Amino acid sequence: MDYSDLIAKLKEGSTRAVARLITILENDINASEAIINSIYKDTGKAYIMGVTGAPGSGKSTFISTITKKFLKKGKKIGIICVDPTSPLTGGALLGDRIRMKENFSLNNVFIRSMANRGQLGGLARATEDTIKILDAYGCDIIIVETVGVGQSEVDIFKSAHTVIVLLVPGMGDDIQAIKAGIMEITDIFAVNKMDLPGADRKVTDIIQMLEMNMNYNYTSENANKNNMKLKQWIPEIVKINSITGENFDTLLDIIEKHKAFMDKLEIYSSYLINRIKSETIQILRYKLTKKVEELIHSNKLIEENISQVVDKSLDPYSMANLIIKLIGLED
Amino acid sequence: MSKQKIIKVLVCKPGLDGHDRGAKVIARALRDAGMEVIYTGLHQTPDDIVNTIIQEDPDAVMLSFLSGAHNTLCPVIMEKLKDQGIDDVLMGVGGIIPEEDKITLEKLGYKGFQGPGTELKEVVEFVRNNLKR
Ligand SMILES: Nc1nc2c(ncn2[C@@H]2O[C@H](COP(=O)(O)OP(=O)(O)OP(=O)(O)O)[C@@H](O)[C@H]2O)c(=O)[nH]1
Ligand SMILES: [Mg+2]
Repeated sequence: MDYSDLIAKLKEGSTRAVARLITILENDINASEAIINSIYKDTGKAYIMGVTGAPGSGKSTFISTITKKFLKKGKKIGIICVDPTSPLTGGALLGDRIRMKENFSLNNVFIRSMANRGQLGGLARATEDTIKILDAYGCDIIIVETVGVGQSEVDIFKSAHTVIVLLVPGMGDDIQAIKAGIMEITDIFAVNKMDLPGADRKVTDIIQMLEMNMNYNYTSENANKNNMKLKQWIPEIVKINSITGENFDTLLDIIEKHKAFMDKLEIYSSYLINRIKSETIQILRYKLTKKVEELIHSNKLIEENISQVVDKSLDPYSMANLIIKLIGLED
Repeated sequence: MSKQKIIKVLVCKPGLDGHDRGAKVIARALRDAGMEVIYTGLHQTPDDIVNTIIQEDPDAVMLSFLSGAHNTLCPVIMEKLKDQGIDDVLMGVGGIIPEEDKITLEKLGYKGFQGPGTELKEVVEFVRNNLKR
């Protein structure tokens, strides 16, 4: 297939071309390769924001409200909402648009729903490539809503400049989830639904958890300096109401501050290098897995090896080493 | 396009009536049949619907009407789709549609017309068998 027509239209700003290209990316990994190959030069301009948090914590509502704020600043916004695929049926219900009914104009806001198709980590395989499409299309800001499972949606931090985690008053589960792996990747904690009782308590809980886990001291100058030496960003905490927009101006200031932090040369280049590394690993994982799967079901030698493993004259690790040799990856 | 292609459907509730139970039931049935279903909630205007179609690029759209608004909204939606040059999306209409209106809607390019009592299996089959791409 030749995608040059669609890509030319994308560069002219055609929304339909964007949508069609994303469909192709989602369904065909070989096509993704050709498409990304010809638009990669045009990427790297957008500011990428990840939004994660437990189901129902208000991610979609939050994105809708913050999009309105960004629009006031004259930005063009791309939004990707990832929802889980049912492992039983392969189907998915994508309902995030229900919370995004602000009559956004087609020219300034592009929203795309995406099923994760079984991929772990809170994103779909096509999410990273879709970010690139929206970047090349000219979005100034790209916001990604991850699957809200609560603890494993950590992949977003590899692509995003800024990761915002939403927590809500009351539930203690979200703090537990953060301990299980999200804390290290969070740039901003937003306690959403501040209109509900317990928001201040939640802020205290977050501070306590941070202090326990990363020598974090919310007030001490010294601790901050130490962290700066490690080139670390001190996670900020803010209470917000995503329905009314209360405290969003404070939040936007914090986002600006984090953006400035990321813009520092060293920080930015290490972000970029890490992003490229993890993306490459991801791509290789697909390609190599596919290759190995093909081999393992069709190769005569491997068939023999398998029967050796069956009768215990070979162990699975040794067989894996033989396969590595077979695909020419022996070091 | 490829073996991996998963059918993507947009389920919409246009107009002002406040009942979307039927639409939700259909959305769930299509999901359980292995499709990816975008549900947008109540009170969708023709512009909302067409914008969503442009951005989400679904293979099929199921519009659900209960209140008689189909006669005014369906022609507008189809007109806007034509303006955009979109002609490869299956446009299904379901809900309460009087016989005489079905002919008009069919001429506009709509299909389906599953009433409230329709078996969900039938709706799933309808989508599978009438895709335009
Ligand atoms: N009281 C209150 N309710 C809110 C606030 N923000 C969101 N909500 C409500 O919380 C519910 C869930 O909001 P969503 O935006 O759908 O949450 P989500 O995290 O995107 O949910 P999933 O995508 O299903 O994981 C909705 O009923 C919102 O109206 C808030 O600041 N205060
Ligand atoms: Mg959501």
